[in-house]
Amino acid sequence: MSVEHESFKPTIVAFCCNWCSYAGADLAGSGRMQYPANVKIIKVPCSCRVNPTFVLRAFQRGADGVIMCGCHPGDCHYSTGNYYTRRRMTMLFDFLDFLGIERGRTRVEWVSAAEGARFASVMNDFVKNVTELGPNRKITDLRTKPEHKEGE
Amino acid sequence: MQRIGVFICWCGSNIAATVDVKKVAAAALNEPGVVFSADYQYMCSASGQGLVKDAIREKGLTGVVVCSCSPRMHEATFRKAAESCGLNPYMVEIANIREHCSWIHKDVAEGTEKAVILMRAAVAKVNLNQSLVAGKSDVVKRALVIGGGIAGIQTALDIAEAGYEVDIVEKKPTIGGKMAQLDKTFPTLDCSACILTPKMVDAAAHDKIKIYSYSEVESVSGFVGNFTAKIRKKARFVKEDLCTGCGLCTEKCPSRKTPNEFNEGMNTRSAIYIPFAQAVPKYAVIDPAACLHFKTGKCGLCERTCDAKAVDYNQKDETIERKYGAIVVATGYNVIKLDNFGEYGYTENPDVITSLELERIMNAAGPTGGALLRPSDKTHPQKIVFVQCVGSRGQRPCDKPYCSKICCMYTAKHAMLIREKYPDTEVYVFYIDVRTPGKNFEEFYRRAVEQYGVHYVKGQVGKVAENAGKLRVYGSDLLMNEQIVIDADLVVLAAAIEPDESAKKIATMLTTGIDTNNFLTEAHPKLRPVESATAGIFLSGVCQGPKDIPETVSQASAAAVKVIGLLAKDQITCNPCVARSDELLCNGCSSCEKVCPYGAITYIDKEVNDHGKREVRRIASVNEAVCQGCGACTVACPSGAMDLKGFTNKQIMAEVDAICR
Amino acid sequence: MQKVAEIAQKRAIQLLNQGVVNRVIGWKKGEFGYDETPAVFTTAAGIEDFRYDVFSAPNLSKYLIDESKKEGKILAFLKPCDTYSFNQLIKEHRVNRDNVYIIGIECGGMADINTIRNRGAAGVTDVADNGQTVIAHTLYGDVTFDKNEVLLEKCQACKGKKHVIFDELIVVNPQDDEPKNRFAGVEAIENMTPEERFAFWREQLSKCIRCNACRNVCPACSCLQCVFDNPRSGVASKASPDTFEEQLYHIIRAFHVAGRCTDCGECSRVCPQDIPLHLLNRKFIKDMNAFYGEYKAGEDSETRPPLVNFSKDDAEPSVISDKGGDK
Repeated sequence: MSVEHESFKPTIVAFCCNWCSYAGADLAGSGRMQYPANVKIIKVPCSCRVNPTFVLRAFQRGADGVIMCGCHPGDCHYSTGNYYTRRRMTMLFDFLDFLGIERGRTRVEWVSAAEGARFASVMNDFVKNVTELGPNRKITDLRTKPEHKEGE
Repeated sequence: MQRIGVFICWCGSNIAATVDVKKVAAAALNEPGVVFSADYQYMCSASGQGLVKDAIREKGLTGVVVCSCSPRMHEATFRKAAESCGLNPYMVEIANIREHCSWIHKDVAEGTEKAVILMRAAVAKVNLNQSLVAGKSDVVKRALVIGGGIAGIQTALDIAEAGYEVDIVEKKPTIGGKMAQLDKTFPTLDCSACILTPKMVDAAAHDKIKIYSYSEVESVSGFVGNFTAKIRKKARFVKEDLCTGCGLCTEKCPSRKTPNEFNEGMNTRSAIYIPFAQAVPKYAVIDPAACLHFKTGKCGLCERTCDAKAVDYNQKDETIERKYGAIVVATGYNVIKLDNFGEYGYTENPDVITSLELERIMNAAGPTGGALLRPSDKTHPQKIVFVQCVGSRGQRPCDKPYCSKICCMYTAKHAMLIREKYPDTEVYVFYIDVRTPGKNFEEFYRRAVEQYGVHYVKGQVGKVAENAGKLRVYGSDLLMNEQIVIDADLVVLAAAIEPDESAKKIATMLTTGIDTNNFLTEAHPKLRPVESATAGIFLSGVCQGPKDIPETVSQASAAAVKVIGLLAKDQITCNPCVARSDELLCNGCSSCEKVCPYGAITYIDKEVNDHGKREVRRIASVNEAVCQGCGACTVACPSGAMDLKGFTNKQIMAEVDAICR
Repeated sequence: MQKVAEIAQKRAIQLLNQGVVNRVIGWKKGEFGYDETPAVFTTAAGIEDFRYDVFSAPNLSKYLIDESKKEGKILAFLKPCDTYSFNQLIKEHRVNRDNVYIIGIECGGMADINTIRNRGAAGVTDVADNGQTVIAHTLYGDVTFDKNEVLLEKCQACKGKKHVIFDELIVVNPQDDEPKNRFAGVEAIENMTPEERFAFWREQLSKCIRCNACRNVCPACSCLQCVFDNPRSGVASKASPDTFEEQLYHIIRAFHVAGRCTDCGECSRVCPQDIPLHLLNRKFIKDMNAFYGEYKAGEDSETRPPLVNFSKDDAEPSVISDKGGDK
């Protein structure tokens, strides 16, 4: 397994809200703060736009980890959006854990537009955790990963 | 099928050094819908934009993906360029391959691979993009200002001067607010009333300003440009059109025991009263809780006294409905209640007073006619202790965590005025820090210390206890590291200020944000300090955070400018990326309505034609002018009826698929 | 129980004859003596077929979505747990309360025919309810069971005997209202390792044949068109040779009903593959209770469900990882 871990580069989907986290990611960029290229950001207006379906879809299509970033509670551009995100994703991620999808593969982080360095460190940490967990075979559509046979 | 053009920017070497742009351009041609790709050194330059425009015209593009810097930089640029040659601006998407790729990765192979994936996700999205047209709505050319203190007055005057109608709604019988109660103002020591009352008169006299005093906003509906407010005019029991403000009734009134609010309860007023001599509007008002006529049915002296026949005991509250294009909240502040601060003995000892009470004592129109006399025995205090940060900057439940901002300066002012008028009085100020960031503030404070000999003690007061007619103040001097005991005649507490209790209700009514301290939240703490997060709602004065007068006035004028900018438009363009409900899928469950922070969703009974089956259903309807496009409703909706234009379920899932492919 | 059924029958005829209602929804005998089926009666004579016994488990609330939109008032017999579903439907504006006359009917727990069979009663032809005991008439003679031992899962985990909405009540034998521990099954799974949990659910969910019975019976699944049937939703899917789509289906379904599910247990009762679907819903209920305060969907018809509500000091999502266990 350890050999696999070294070569394994997880696919990470990061949902970032337009107002805080996406701008935080921009700031990480302007500060040339390195984090792994496996992180791919999808911009949403607010973290509350993220439907659990999107998270599941990502896992099914081969993502190994999904991270949700929004404004800090109380700072939501839409004033209350991230409060709903907080409840929904707490529920969803605990539920996925209940189904046996390791909790290390899902995360919610609040990153403000000023926290470029934090954005980078959060991503580094998340990628490290997911890499340690190895490839996600649990709720992926195994047909999308031909190299992994069912029951492997 | 779309005809998509993909444009890859080098951004000089910013992108091109880590991303093989040619490779990305070649990879783009393998993506569905892509008919053209190009790379260029500076896509945002005039010639780069020209490249995009030419391709739109010549290749008949229906969608554009620009792989460049963050959309926060140039999305608007490229959308404008597309629009200029007839392509709907919302058919343009940006793949952020600079901030999110080239700048954070060093390896070219890695950077290029990621750039290709980001491009692919943007192409997948554009394949599902639809032309979006921003809605327009009319603007009612009138503003509502809630609160008639200096903030509200200044905002109203500025808006009115620009030629727009303004209504001021003030819950007290007169405008003027806290500033009317102040004696002198720092750091110039000019008389507060002398600079405020002309403004009050100007506001009342302005033909564009209408003042609803003794009134409250009961409800607000609508949206930016088109609000409807219900205003309740409380019964004064005095007809405003007849009252001349002569004040004869207030002299004759036999009920004279009510604490006078204007003087912070340090003297009394009659049941029919005019708050103060310069009140605007200057009409008498009857306090039914104190009035003998209301309590016993007898008396009626004021009615008989009034030659103008203005007294009307049967007057009822009246509700009026007015339309507004913009609303400014200027609800101001109050000094906190000191019931939970037993250590200072405020509630037990009349000679422990708040600074606002001291303002009234020092004021010529105040309870002592301006003489500095202590409340208990009306003697002149020889030793006065000021205590700073009472309830401010504290960690206990009764404390406020923030700095009330104005106390350091007004205390220096009080100390200075006292030493000036009564040089035989000793003045001590206990402080944690002296904060003087403001024009001429530090100089002012230095004068209090150096020129007027005020004793500043760095440290806090632990206890104030009565001792043989004096107030024994136990404090500590942190610089000398010693305990201090002062037998004072008067203790003045710089009590924290907090938003007026109406702020919370008003924030809920206007669906705008409020922080844990009940200050209203601005749309952006730095760049949009006078706008609320709700379009068309603006903030003025202390309701947004502690401020002194000059700051309040500048913010009030800034809010006015924002309002004028809005009212100057005949129509406003709305954000087209708003929620949309599919009426055939909507169950009418109201989940979306509950999570909408703007009240943009209403339920209507509508006849729908569901594949030939006609029936009346309860369905969600989105007001596009109110919706800000957060998308909370789309997730709350179990049936998938609610979607967000520009960020549809299918678009986001297409991006997910493209990334995970 | 028989007495309750007789009173209910009489009352239904009375209300029909008085013109208070023009229809009655209740249960009638199915093909066998243990598969009572929901039925709408329109005549007093028809009510002869009315049955109320230990197999009258079907929750009638969902039928009222359509029935309450029809002309005239309908009489509905609702068991305590069914009244929660009805209240929830009022909250979601899915039923017209004014068109329903609700008789809250006493319930002593419903029996599970599979348990009866599994406990050795083969060839069951009919079942009689004696209150404390249940007698299965079989081809090979009678077998008597203690009723508590053959209750449906949803009745073993009964949330109480109180009717939360009704116009009148038929309660002959007042029951102990003490709610039972509903979360033992959820806790057992929580205590497994992630691998064990995954194995458990993979085994369970791979049995799913996507018959949609769970969805069709669920009073919370009241959408006019389900996202899984709507090609434009992006998640529409049919039964698949692989388990992943079944997982998606059940996860999304559980999330869609989270905060709205009254734990009526119908999903598990009707599942032909015996998948313990109630555990999915109960996991959400347990979490919401733990994080956002006790909440019983359908207890009233006004309060906001937890997922369309928030508090500024809600727990952070990291509480999940902080609960312990491996990452």
